[in-house]
Amino acid sequence: MSDVKETSITVEVVYRGIFQKTLAQRICRSIVLAARKRGHTGTAFARYGDSPERNGVPAKQFAVVAINNLELEASMAKYEPAVVDVTIAVDDTLVKGVESWAWYGRQPIWKPIRKDGFLLVTSTNTPDEVLAQTDTALRPYTLVIVPGGASFAGLWVFKDDHTDYRCLGALAKVSPDWVRLEDVKALIKEQTKDDGAVQSAQYGYDGAKLRPVKAGEGTSGHEVLQFEKPGWTTMRPGIIVNARKPGERNPQYKKYGARTLRPVVNFDTCIKCTMCWLDRPDECFEVTPEGHYEVVYQACIGCGICAQVCPVKDCIVMVDELKFEDHEDKWQFWKKDHDGYNKWFETKSGVSANPQVRTPPARQEGSGNANPSANPTSASGGDD
Amino acid sequence: MAVQVKEREHQDVETEQLMSGCEAIAEAIRLADVDVMAAYPIRPYDGVMQAAAKLIANGKMDVEYIVADGEHSQFEIVKHACAVGSRVFVGSSGVGWFYAFEAIAVTAGLRLPVVAICGNRALDDPGAFGTEHNDSLAVRDLGWLLPWAETAQEAMDLALMAWRVGEDKRVSLPVAIGLDGAFLTHSQQIVKIPTQAAVNKFLPKFDLGDRLLHPDNPITIAPQVDQDWLMEIRMQNDQAMRKAHDVISEAHAHFKELFGRGGDSPFLDEYMTDDAEYVVFGQGTLALPMKVAIRRLRKEGHKVGLVRLKWFRPFPTQEIVKSLSRFKAVGVIDRDYSFGSPYYGGVLYNEVRSALYSLDKRPTIVGFIAGLGGREIEQPMATDIFEKTKAAAGDIKSGDTCHWIGVRS
Repeated sequence: MSDVKETSITVEVVYRGIFQKTLAQRICRSIVLAARKRGHTGTAFARYGDSPERNGVPAKQFAVVAINNLELEASMAKYEPAVVDVTIAVDDTLVKGVESWAWYGRQPIWKPIRKDGFLLVTSTNTPDEVLAQTDTALRPYTLVIVPGGASFAGLWVFKDDHTDYRCLGALAKVSPDWVRLEDVKALIKEQTKDDGAVQSAQYGYDGAKLRPVKAGEGTSGHEVLQFEKPGWTTMRPGIIVNARKPGERNPQYKKYGARTLRPVVNFDTCIKCTMCWLDRPDECFEVTPEGHYEVVYQACIGCGICAQVCPVKDCIVMVDELKFEDHEDKWQFWKKDHDGYNKWFETKSGVSANPQVRTPPARQEGSGNANPSANPTSASGGDD
Repeated sequence: MAVQVKEREHQDVETEQLMSGCEAIAEAIRLADVDVMAAYPIRPYDGVMQAAAKLIANGKMDVEYIVADGEHSQFEIVKHACAVGSRVFVGSSGVGWFYAFEAIAVTAGLRLPVVAICGNRALDDPGAFGTEHNDSLAVRDLGWLLPWAETAQEAMDLALMAWRVGEDKRVSLPVAIGLDGAFLTHSQQIVKIPTQAAVNKFLPKFDLGDRLLHPDNPITIAPQVDQDWLMEIRMQNDQAMRKAHDVISEAHAHFKELFGRGGDSPFLDEYMTDDAEYVVFGQGTLALPMKVAIRRLRKEGHKVGLVRLKWFRPFPTQEIVKSLSRFKAVGVIDRDYSFGSPYYGGVLYNEVRSALYSLDKRPTIVGFIAGLGGREIEQPMATDIFEKTKAAAGDIKSGDTCHWIGVRS
């Protein structure tokens, strides 16, 4: 029996909180408006509990299109659809799992996708590279790579790099019954009067790479993080939750799911100046017995501020999160196997661990800093 | 700064004093050894402010007395003081009570046993200092326990009960005692002041246990919970409110044993109801003129009586059902009004009718709106109320009317 519903389609956009909020909103609204062109109706909404959004913390917005208002009612008055036909992840590192706020745990990116549904991911990587970081599939779906890297801006600004148009074009390719390419193009033309924008939708349509995924494909390497919510008989009275004791970290909220980039540290060149430790917005550095500052990857949100404030060139380098399989702290690795660690550092970061060796520029192709305010080269600048 | 508290004279002997309801509350604050009280002036609550300040100035009481910049801060101050383990007192009246409304709501949500008085006062506008119960009643859905006093003695007794019941771990909810402005807050009556030893027996030390906000007990209070937790939290508060019923009964029995006061029932005060056919039902000081009328009407052969409600929250539904189902007709007197409510009645009227709905044999329940803004309930009005109640007996639909008593046309 097919899981496809003939009367409606549900699309979710998974995105980086704040940085991609406007992007997600534009995609969801455009889906409804494009479908409206052929007489469908629809609704677009954000998951209410994600707001106020946190920098980089995965958030969701939704678009539901239905043949009429009666059919749409089943999808109304909800925070989050339990099942979706299509998920659009607008940052490929989101395939490592979605952890939104506390107690939700870490969920596979495909969790709500129905059997034979679609996972669209904007990425400059190949489908197999993305799949290698996606949780093992429990049911078949189709992975669709939409050409282009993660598009980051801020709360009050929007980086108009056509990511939304490319996503809409790719959606038209996989769900032509609901969102037709000609409707997407007509809508974009109306909205922008820009043929280049219309062309981006066509590019998304043509450039989308489809990779059927069978049950069992993917990685089993990610941490299982699921929680039972307590009932009224087991909760502490008085709206009280246990606070963290000094030195203890929150077991119900890991935060690593917020990272697009992660800092890697060259302990050889670290001058122990404390700047990273002082300026980090989250408590994500531990002081080692020798006075180094090591990143606690379970708690690091990848904001990039440590790399920005570090006075030593290439001592802290921000690296694409998709290149990592674990969240282990690395100082012990460096202590036990100095050369091995430095080789790892060089492989991941693309810079030499030896400061005497010149590193070629533009080592980080295509990826900006996860936090625009921490990235002085970002045109979109800071937000809050 | 802590003051030196003088040894009280006759400290082991019960004494009598002529004092207002507000002064009786201040005495209760002293006897309960309250740690923190917060104040902001509004009539008639400010009588407590003055009386407490006088006790402190005279070296008879040691309490952290904080004058806030407004009622909202006033209630927030005691909420926080309570969270760190202080026994607290606070209070206000009328629109001042409303100005504190956010703090009042969160205090119940957090299960912090703040004890307050609401010196009942008509809500502005128009300005009127006299009593009307809509200020207290506005918090009826929030999880506060709401007792109402008739006399200065009862005000003091209910205050002691309030700390005992509110701070009980099974309850842990705030309590707001309703005191009729002027008639109770500002009228002096003879009040028996119990010994400190007896009060100490009745009132254990306040102990929040593992809910204490303290560096040695790291907890977070009131995190954002959204829809994921909220219903469970409401359910917990509901259970606490339900348990309050039995805790009040326990405390009442102990109070009677220690002090010899309090009447038969903790919830209802019945007057000449044994053979009564028609009774009136209400709360606060309006019971006083009604009792005068009852004695007068009884002499004329009318079988009339009064049932006075002492705890509006938790609403003693079973006790009310048991009591009121004995009569042919009940006139519910509201010193409040609920605009646009069913049958355009008062709050008590509709709650009592709701409580009796499932009975096979119901008395006629007639509504009366009387004494708003502190208007006196005069004897002709009382007679009118009983006559209309009697006339409605036997015709249950005649109760679908609320009568305004003593209003000029």
